[in-house]
Amino acid sequence: MSRLSGTGMTLAYDKRVIAEELSVDIPDDSFTVIIGPNACGKSTLLRALSRLLKPAAGTVLLDGKDVHSVPTRQVAKTLGLLPQSSTAPDGITVAELVARGRYPHQSLIRRWSAQDEQVVTESMAATHVGDLADRNVDELSGGQRQRVWLAMALAQQTPLLLLDEPTTYLDIAHQIEVLDLCAELHETQGRTLVAVLHDLNHAARYATHLIAMRDGKIAKTGPPGEVLTAELVEDVFGLPCRVIDDPETGTPLVVPAARKRAQTAAAG
Amino acid sequence: MTTLTLEKTVGSRVGVRPRAVVVGVVAALLAAAIAVLTLGTGEFPIPPADVVKTLFGQGTAAQDFIVNELRLPRVITAILVGMALAAGGAVFQSLVRNPLGSPDVLGITNGASTAALTVVILGGSSTQLSLAAVAGGLGAAVLIQLVGGKHGLHGYRFILVGIGMSAIFTGISGYLLTRGVQMENARALLWLTGSLDGRDWQQAGPLLGVLVLTLPILLLACGPGLRILEMGDDSAAALGVPVKALRTTALFTATLLVACAAAAAGPVAFVALIAPHLAKKITRAPGPNLVPALAMGALLLVGADWIAQHTPRVLPVGVVTGAIGGAYLVWLLTMERRAGRI
Repeated sequence: MSRLSGTGMTLAYDKRVIAEELSVDIPDDSFTVIIGPNACGKSTLLRALSRLLKPAAGTVLLDGKDVHSVPTRQVAKTLGLLPQSSTAPDGITVAELVARGRYPHQSLIRRWSAQDEQVVTESMAATHVGDLADRNVDELSGGQRQRVWLAMALAQQTPLLLLDEPTTYLDIAHQIEVLDLCAELHETQGRTLVAVLHDLNHAARYATHLIAMRDGKIAKTGPPGEVLTAELVEDVFGLPCRVIDDPETGTPLVVPAARKRAQTAAAG
Repeated sequence: MTTLTLEKTVGSRVGVRPRAVVVGVVAALLAAAIAVLTLGTGEFPIPPADVVKTLFGQGTAAQDFIVNELRLPRVITAILVGMALAAGGAVFQSLVRNPLGSPDVLGITNGASTAALTVVILGGSSTQLSLAAVAGGLGAAVLIQLVGGKHGLHGYRFILVGIGMSAIFTGISGYLLTRGVQMENARALLWLTGSLDGRDWQQAGPLLGVLVLTLPILLLACGPGLRILEMGDDSAAALGVPVKALRTTALFTATLLVACAAAAAGPVAFVALIAPHLAKKITRAPGPNLVPALAMGALLLVGADWIAQHTPRVLPVGVVTGAIGGAYLVWLLTMERRAGRI
């Protein structure tokens, strides 16, 4: 059994039910990406997996235990999350923000150790923000800021890391930069990553495992090459398309169909 | 080209900022200096040097009586009230992530006032008044918590609920004043302004006790979590902060401090709003800045009391903090507007 899974989950905000009888399994050592149309429940699923949302029914199991039965600080040593929106406190520097990732490892008595020092330094190096250590976070560009948040999540040193749309609000170059970084972390540090992504082509290129969702249900799971077919995209997103090989990586590349009128005009 | 980098450890970059330490120490020293001046002020002026001597038990019998018996309790009350309001205010501002989120605005102070006013109108004793103020503040916090519901309270929701509560309490207070007879109303109005006149160990003692009990909770148990909570509830929860429990603990501990301060000196205006804000502004450090705020609160109240005692007709301290606070707020709003933040 894998380290993180959910079984028979009913996910709801108050009375608004997002998903019922949802079961999902995150393969160990994978870079899992969850895809699906807006409001299909993918972010909700990620919130449930990261214990921010308690399922109305069903359980999330982390290392075989109900995630809500383990003290939250204990969970934070195994399971990290980079939420969609985080606020950098006024006047905080990069080093200070990244160091906050050490919170679950610290206690009243043990505030800052040699290990904290090393992990924070390494996390900043891995995300290439070491040179920015003394800068104020609010002076940074969007791409730099996202790398800083990622560094903070890394400093938490969790074998499992969940990312909720880590590329939103970034331009294409910064999107690729962040995703390359994620792939690097997955490969070199052996972390299990789970990300919600909107861009299917990014998902196909970086994921080792895809979870496609629709209306609060899992439509299909597996390696991108198997999951991402023209039929699935049509089925899940209602988008007619062609799926070709990405000329760079050989992974599936979704090319939306041209507008109907343009098509018929071309044909006629 | 070779670059010479001075290796600075991360630890030295993330610890308590030197600037914050300086701000705290300077504010505390200033507060102590003004306290000494105040102790020498009155019908029998005593030079500062003699005041210090007397404090250490080296003064004459007369000086000892005037400084240590007559004037010291009031100054100590001022320091403690300032600290309690500042700590409470810092926690509230941190919880709602808004510098305007002070207990004055959020209905806590008004809850204490309304309860205290009820006791005054009913002709209760000053002990009953103090107890009522504490109960009223805590009651307001419970109400806010209940209305906030299971989602917990944050940001605007908290502020809106608090402002609503505040308005209701003001209404009740207004009604109570119309029901009171003149003499009681005079006592009620003086209390509502916030005053240190005639305060002795009876007020200072319990407040000191509450501070000794609650400050460790705020500084050690809540402080680190509150710093993390500034990044948003989701980030904090992901880092292992028990968000709900922390919010509740911090809310009620801070409320207790503010309500006890009100019980000792009345709802002294604006200190809970300004002291933490000023501390944060000067230290430029993230987090609730609890320790500098404590020193700043003491400084503000002792300073306001010194001014109050030097006005031609000795004023209640609440009038001075109200005037200073109002001016500061207007200045702040103007600066924020100029900076394009509001």
